[in-house]
Amino acid sequence: MHCEKFEKESMQLGKALAVIWSEIHCLHDDIDSIMDLIRNRNLEGYVGFANLPNQVYRKSVKRGFEFTLMVVGESGLGKSTLINSLFLTDLYSKDYPGPSQRIKKTVQVEQSKVLIKEGGVQLTLTIVDTPGFGDAVDNSNCWQPVINYIDSKCEDFLNAESRVNRRQMPDNRVHCCLYFIAPSGHGLKPLDIEFMKRLHDKVNVIPLIAKADTLTPEECQLFKKQIMKEIQEHKIKIYEFPDTEEDEDSKLIRKIKERMPLAVVGSNVVVEVNGRKVRGRQYPWGVAEVENGEHCDFTVLRNMLIRTHMQDLKDVTNNVHYENYRSKKLAAVTCNGVDASKSKGQLTKSPLAQMEEERREHVMKMKKMETEMEQVFEMKVKEKKQKLKDSEAELERRHEQMKRNLEAQYKELEEKRRQFEEEKANWEMQQRILEQQKLDASKTMEKNKKKGKIF
Amino acid sequence: MADTAKTTHPQPAGRPEKGAEFGYVGIDAILEQMRRKAMKQGFELNIMVVGQSGLGKSTLINTLFKSKVSRRSVMPSDEERIPKTIEIKSVSHDIEEKGVRMKLTVIDTPGFGDQINNENCWQPIMKFINEQYEQYLQEEINISRKKRIPDSRVHCCIYFIPPTGHCLRPIDIEFMRHLSKVVNIVPVIAKADTLTLEERDFFKQKIREDLRVNEIEVYPQKEFDEDSEDRMINDKIREMIPFAVVGSDQEYQVNGKRLLGRKTRWGTVEVENTAHCEFAYLRDLLIRTHMQNLKDITSSIHYEVYRVRRLNENNTHPSDQPNGHSNGVPTHEVLSHEM
Repeated sequence: MHCEKFEKESMQLGKALAVIWSEIHCLHDDIDSIMDLIRNRNLEGYVGFANLPNQVYRKSVKRGFEFTLMVVGESGLGKSTLINSLFLTDLYSKDYPGPSQRIKKTVQVEQSKVLIKEGGVQLTLTIVDTPGFGDAVDNSNCWQPVINYIDSKCEDFLNAESRVNRRQMPDNRVHCCLYFIAPSGHGLKPLDIEFMKRLHDKVNVIPLIAKADTLTPEECQLFKKQIMKEIQEHKIKIYEFPDTEEDEDSKLIRKIKERMPLAVVGSNVVVEVNGRKVRGRQYPWGVAEVENGEHCDFTVLRNMLIRTHMQDLKDVTNNVHYENYRSKKLAAVTCNGVDASKSKGQLTKSPLAQMEEERREHVMKMKKMETEMEQVFEMKVKEKKQKLKDSEAELERRHEQMKRNLEAQYKELEEKRRQFEEEKANWEMQQRILEQQKLDASKTMEKNKKKGKIF
Repeated sequence: MADTAKTTHPQPAGRPEKGAEFGYVGIDAILEQMRRKAMKQGFELNIMVVGQSGLGKSTLINTLFKSKVSRRSVMPSDEERIPKTIEIKSVSHDIEEKGVRMKLTVIDTPGFGDQINNENCWQPIMKFINEQYEQYLQEEINISRKKRIPDSRVHCCIYFIPPTGHCLRPIDIEFMRHLSKVVNIVPVIAKADTLTLEERDFFKQKIREDLRVNEIEVYPQKEFDEDSEDRMINDKIREMIPFAVVGSDQEYQVNGKRLLGRKTRWGTVEVENTAHCEFAYLRDLLIRTHMQNLKDITSSIHYEVYRVRRLNENNTHPSDQPNGHSNGVPTHEVLSHEM
């Protein structure tokens, strides 16, 4: 039963591809007719460049396609089951259980590649899973590993693009991010809003309502309306389907837009309903069919993702998200140290003008530095002068003081000397008196001696 | 409120043959007296519901009591924003059935587990539960206390587990670990119509395993089984927890009968059909068979633990305890007071 489905799928995929290429054929025909009108020339015979699309087709089929799909959401929302159902493969099977079976301590980013072949067309599908997202008690910055992963893939591509030898440029950029919203029935959680706000300009975000078999149709409608309202309120840019001119496609696209966000149910188990074998979930009260458009939007998602808009997703990633990343990255490299507001303006100038501006800026900077240094110099001079004045005053004071000290000492000395002189005078006088006395005494003795001799 | 040991085994002493009246004393008539008294007094039940927003808590409460008693019905607001911090909202109703009156209080905790950073989200809830115990304790140790202390203690906490189908999340384990020590926790799997029967069994197994590994005792706790009969009944219940429930307050016509259910495009989920979900078992547990047991365990075990802790704290700080003798009030007096 699996290969029956497979064959049907491949036929449908082949049909879809054929549709695309016939469109391209028609486009080419239109171009031809317009050019004819302009030049008013008719080709004489068959030239053969109408065969061009076939050549492009053959080449791309040989080259194969690449697509990277990222699934983000809390554990237990059915991400692995949905992937298995979308691509009809058991990417996560009982032998290789998906990351869902274990709760991780931190958010991790895991990637698994699978090669799918259908109708001669080869698709290298990379599924990026984020186990652990939103599971911890504290989920601040749980989006950081996801952002890092997306940026690193863009950087790889940027480096590959800028290399000299560009023979092999594997495109590993994330083309689409499916964000799973838990079916609470009320609205978005703060974590949902934060995550989508941070990722809407890095990757195509497609919000999905997971486990939609939990909601009755009325609840589902209310919930979808509530979510779209909140998305608009917070200005989150989810993936917009491009409008085409053809009536048929625009009807389809309008139908998809009405049903956003898509409410999906995943299952890879085949059950029997009324004699038919369908993929679905068996409950005691009925079977929820996965591919029944009345039951859920799975078919819408699958058609949109694979059959009609896969190329568009890749184009938007390449032209919008990747270019955003590239210009931000390169602007940051050229203007080193300049703040962000200036760098945005310089994105539009040519390299020469940019150099001119840089030179001017440099000159201005130098002038500013000069004036600054002059100011500093003046200030320093003033300081030094002040200091010298202070020390001069200090010295003066000390000089005065010493002089005073000296004078005081001098006076003292004078005083002492005067005293000494006085004493000296006294002593001399005393000496004279003593001398006189002695003389007198000797005179009287002589007199006495003379008197004595006479007797 | 029948609380003494006699009513746990409501088997009246064998009444002898109708003729021989002189052998019959009439002790069993006390049952009738208690019943009359209980009907006059009425019952009180305080249920707390905890879980992330959008898991169907209010709907389940409405379904349990077959009337609009949840917070959403009391304040109908079209836009319910997730509050920035956890709030505790209490809604009381007086409901009556066959002459029995009940004062039902539903305590809701909007904002639990909804933020990006849910660290310590159980703390406001712990605080609330302890506050209720504290209130009761203060009333009890009052010198002149009321005849019937208003019982605002949380008798049962229903914890809603989101139906991931894989295992318990860290926030679930943390919450239940902290709160199973202070209140009776009854875990339920919310929105069970999202799981097929095999997924449901697998999920229950994983949850029981997780609870065992983390040593979380949910109601009915093994250690409080009184005798073998209780143990048998409770073992059967323990095989089935956590109950996988679906709530609904809308009626649909199924096979000629009007039933509560949820109508989807592929079938109608009947809430009271045990083949579809286990709501009937939960209702029986909470209301029909184990309501009194929940209240008993709350008052005689959880509350006593709190009381002992508090009074020991007070004893180590000998400060302003007005009634010195109330510390030594023996436990049996507390029970008798509950009548």
